[in-house]
Amino acid sequence: MDFNVIREYLPIYWEAFFLTIKIGWIGILISFGIGIPASFSMFFKIPVISQIVKAYVELFRNTPLLVQLFFIYFGLPKLGITISAQTCGALGLGLLGGAYMAEAFRSGLEAVPKTQSEAAFALNMSKGQLFRLIILPQALSSSVPAVVANVIFLLKETSVFSAISLMDLMFTAKDLIGLYYNTTECLTMLVLFYVIMLLPVSVLGNIVEKKARFSMFGE
Amino acid sequence: MTNLGFDVLFKGSNFIRLLLGVWVAVRISLISIVLSIILGMILGILMSLKNPVINAVSKVYLEIVRIMPQMVLLFVVYFGATKALGLNLSAETSAVIVFTFWGTAEMADLVRSSLISIPSIQYESSFSLGLSKVQTYIYVIVPQTMRRLIPLSINLITRMIKTTSLVMMIGIVEVLKVGQQIIEANRKASPNAAFGVYATVFILYFMVCWPISSLSKYLEKRWEN
Amino acid sequence: MSEVLKIDSLVKRYDDLSVLEKIDLTVKKGEVIVIVGPSGCGKSTLLRCINGLESIQDGKVVVDDEVVNPVQKKASKSREKIGMVFQSYDLFPHKNLLQNITLAPIKVQKRKKEEVKEEAIELLKRVGLENRTDSYPRQLSGGQKQRAAIVRALIMHPEILLLDEITAALDPEMVREVLDVVLNLAKEGHTMVIVTHEMAFAKAVADRVIFMDGGKIVEEGSPEEFFENPRTERLKRFLETFTY
Repeated sequence: MDFNVIREYLPIYWEAFFLTIKIGWIGILISFGIGIPASFSMFFKIPVISQIVKAYVELFRNTPLLVQLFFIYFGLPKLGITISAQTCGALGLGLLGGAYMAEAFRSGLEAVPKTQSEAAFALNMSKGQLFRLIILPQALSSSVPAVVANVIFLLKETSVFSAISLMDLMFTAKDLIGLYYNTTECLTMLVLFYVIMLLPVSVLGNIVEKKARFSMFGE
Repeated sequence: MTNLGFDVLFKGSNFIRLLLGVWVAVRISLISIVLSIILGMILGILMSLKNPVINAVSKVYLEIVRIMPQMVLLFVVYFGATKALGLNLSAETSAVIVFTFWGTAEMADLVRSSLISIPSIQYESSFSLGLSKVQTYIYVIVPQTMRRLIPLSINLITRMIKTTSLVMMIGIVEVLKVGQQIIEANRKASPNAAFGVYATVFILYFMVCWPISSLSKYLEKRWEN
Repeated sequence: MSEVLKIDSLVKRYDDLSVLEKIDLTVKKGEVIVIVGPSGCGKSTLLRCINGLESIQDGKVVVDDEVVNPVQKKASKSREKIGMVFQSYDLFPHKNLLQNITLAPIKVQKRKKEEVKEEAIELLKRVGLENRTDSYPRQLSGGQKQRAAIVRALIMHPEILLLDEITAALDPEMVREVLDVVLNLAKEGHTMVIVTHEMAFAKAVADRVIFMDGGKIVEEGSPEEFFENPRTERLKRFLETFTY
């Protein structure tokens, strides 16, 4: 291992790291933006919309992000829709994540027992109050583990961005290996940067999961 | 059709080549899943024994799999092993190693959690019937964990098939790579091929994964209790 | 005495399966009615029909001169006059005890927070839970949960309280503490319709006992004549199942 090489590459990796994180978290925000309303539409079985949402969820959960990105980045321009690699990365991740988040929140909503609605109905709560005060808080806290798993999954998926020439960590590592053959250094740095990116999220996720269980049941 | 580039699919053996590419993806997944199930079962049972050393090692192992992208692992094994260990692994072998490394961790965690979810009274009552430890596992415990394990392992197959799309990045010619080659070859004759071909690859993946994940969902629901 | 609840030839069907056939029942203010009967006789369904958890196919339910059912699944003022306590308590797991009790009065009845809180603590004192206000349902025993659920219904000031097998899920040693609370409510003059399997309790608390079987009211009477001199063969046989 040549530490001079590592020192030399460090700034390049940092830049790639921040780009990866930026696109990753924008994608995750988009996935919440899509997933939450999508889960509501499935939970309330809103006609037409819920069927469309279901098709979207199945389609994006059963295809790889890489293929989705290729289609958006290389395929859609043939229809005259051209978007930048960064936008494509965030959008692709957001669409993929939206499908996963929709499922996470939907199963959280459906996990709230029916008797909770009956108890609220017996207290004369309106449907809006029932959803806002009783169902939603319980659903949110029971979907936390799935949401945390999704966030980690989506951050890991950022590693495919390099395929659409986004200069992320993966692209940088590949590029540098191809240019200078410092394979060991480049791969070590790649691994370390992904650890920096994901270990805190994983640890924090565990804490949030415990907290959610705590706030739910008070144990 | 010409405008959207679906026509190239019907030229020569292009469509057959795509399907063969799908088969490469499915083959890698199936080999990896079989290995993962076997190794995962063994590790899962070891983990349920609550040995502190095994637990510490497996905890680190599971965390690595949890946070390290498969793509990074592929690169480390394919490029790193060659360099560091002097091994010359083929791309497909590297892919199987990485997918098995990942799948084993997931399976082991599933096996462990379903083993510990079985109430201790089940063990106690089989011991009191005179069954040995091994017999208890074979006849009483394992059958009960199967209903949870089977749907989740089937689901793992679809996730592996989806992840095989990454192996093109280490040079394996699977469906996405074949698609890319077809587009390159027809750049002049069919400039819009990227749309048609990638849309087709998209649909092909969906057609392979959707039935499998639906089956997994169906079994999970049916065996819930 | 004035009528609080009047059920007029109520019919409940699931598709072709008839669950309740032309039920008539009048409950006067301050009266405690206990309904007994074999499982599946329709007694719990009757309670659920009274407060609109189940739709009904014919007849009507009138509370304080206002028609409550056939179901309008939207909040109506008159439904607030009916309180209900369930077998499975169904406290809200994400709220602590005090929040569980004050949620509906504050949000649904728009009463003042302070006033509601004061009343909640007052009521909790009466059921012996005043020092558990910050506990979450999971931290409470079944008996404590059920006493809290009764308070949650009471604080809405219902004209009539429906209790649906509220001791059926409890460990035997906790049945007593819950039934004592109900007995006190009866003494204070609360109007109640109670579905239960506790015959001794029924005898102690009821002004009138009703025996249901096959979706119909088969027999009713004062606790004394009901338990000592059952008139119908079916009730006789039913009561015999409770003696060894």
